[in-house]
Amino acid sequence: MESAFPVLLVVIKTLIVLGAILTFVAYLTLIERKVLGWIQVRIGPNRVGPWGLLQPLADGAKLLLKEEITVSSANRVVYIAAPLIVVVCALIPFAVIPFAKGLGLESVLGPIASKFNLNTGVVADINLGVLYIFGISSLGVYGVILGGWASNSKYSLLGSIRAAAQMISYELGLSLSVVGVLMLAGSLSLVQIVEAQDSVYKWFVFRQPLGFLLFLIAGSAEIARTPFDLMECENELVAGYQTEYSSMKFGLFYLGEYAHLLFLSSMMTTLFFGGWQGPILPPIVWFLGKTFFFVFVFVWIRGTYPRLRYDRVMQFGWKTLLPVGLFNVMATAFVYTLWLKYVS
Amino acid sequence: METILFYVLAAVTLLSAIFVVFLRRPVHNVLFMILTMIGLATLFILLQAEFLAMVQIIVYAGAVMVLFLFVIMLLNLEEVSLPKEPRPLRWGFGIILSLALVVILFPVFGRFVPSIVGTGQPEGIVGNVSNMELIAKELFTTYLLPFEVASVLLLVAIIGTVVIGRKFTKD
Repeated sequence: MESAFPVLLVVIKTLIVLGAILTFVAYLTLIERKVLGWIQVRIGPNRVGPWGLLQPLADGAKLLLKEEITVSSANRVVYIAAPLIVVVCALIPFAVIPFAKGLGLESVLGPIASKFNLNTGVVADINLGVLYIFGISSLGVYGVILGGWASNSKYSLLGSIRAAAQMISYELGLSLSVVGVLMLAGSLSLVQIVEAQDSVYKWFVFRQPLGFLLFLIAGSAEIARTPFDLMECENELVAGYQTEYSSMKFGLFYLGEYAHLLFLSSMMTTLFFGGWQGPILPPIVWFLGKTFFFVFVFVWIRGTYPRLRYDRVMQFGWKTLLPVGLFNVMATAFVYTLWLKYVS
Repeated sequence: METILFYVLAAVTLLSAIFVVFLRRPVHNVLFMILTMIGLATLFILLQAEFLAMVQIIVYAGAVMVLFLFVIMLLNLEEVSLPKEPRPLRWGFGIILSLALVVILFPVFGRFVPSIVGTGQPEGIVGNVSNMELIAKELFTTYLLPFEVASVLLLVAIIGTVVIGRKFTKD
């Protein structure tokens, strides 16, 4: 049984992280509705529990109890698989996000803790973390495309075609915006990227301001947040790819969407704002604080900007975002090489 | 453990490759092709080539196949529009070609599986540095010229597609 115990510990660690993420995701819906209400001078949900705190539970129960409808001409297997793909691809990238420095487990578990990486505040520290994230998130597109296709409805199909085009276009901009950070940190591992930002002036947002801006824009287009949510645009496409989904399958799409939001916020924290680094307070508090600040920023953007026109979104992606991203990469490489040669 | 993993993943990859060829709805074919690509990526991981695996997923599974799916959905290809009856000539040709492939691959067969069964650890230099550093160093020193030629070729291809895809309006 010697070998089974550490594996069990890793599984427990994964489950704890997963549980925390799912809870946060549930409460993101409440945060979003509350903040939007505040921005629009409304009250927001306040009937279920004090300050509406039990609202996510009520929503979940409602989704579970709703009637499950499968469109009669739908392609059943693909129709069911689509929301699952979305949720899985939204949840597994969290494995490489470092959420804290050390968990202090070595005092309890001894050498096992260091041997199986139980002590690090990350589920899996792989040295290609950033590539892994891009790989998985590029697979997430399939959930959206297939969901729209399998529903056999014109709105869904249009929504998923828009989604495919938009996600492919902005994926390039997103990857380019991160390259600057990777060059400066000299690593693809998110743990090492965070460790490279050990004081505030070293945060990459100050050394890569353009990269951060590009990441913010391309990221919100990639997860389809409001100025870019053309694939589910209610007034043209009803709800895009999720039109024909009901009950918990719809809930899964919803879950995937908010998991993406949480993930993007934690990515911004990790890549540009020093991750868990910060004085006095414990690392996990810093990490969560920064992450939820970005969640707030995204809700703020949603409450402020109207939806863009589709052709403008595509034009912006290819004709502005991509060249600026390329320029940022080249400028960073140029300045960094000169810096290494003459200054340090 | 790794041997079992290898056989399971290889079986999944091969089965989905077979489905790619034999299923009749274009969308299903694309879906199984995606599965084949992901299966290949997992095999690369088993061979300690993580960088290659990630690139395989990002480029093939994540980008190329999305475009395939996109085009098939746009054209709305149905089963009906494809030839129904497999013709004997095509079968014969296919069998000959696959036999030729087996002959070409024959020298490799003996060595392929045992390298997995072995220690499971990468040898020497590969084990110490991350894959990507190694590949980058090789690309920018030993293989610099082929690398640059390939990138120029890609650039030419990009410009070519833009020119072809552009609508020329008579003014």
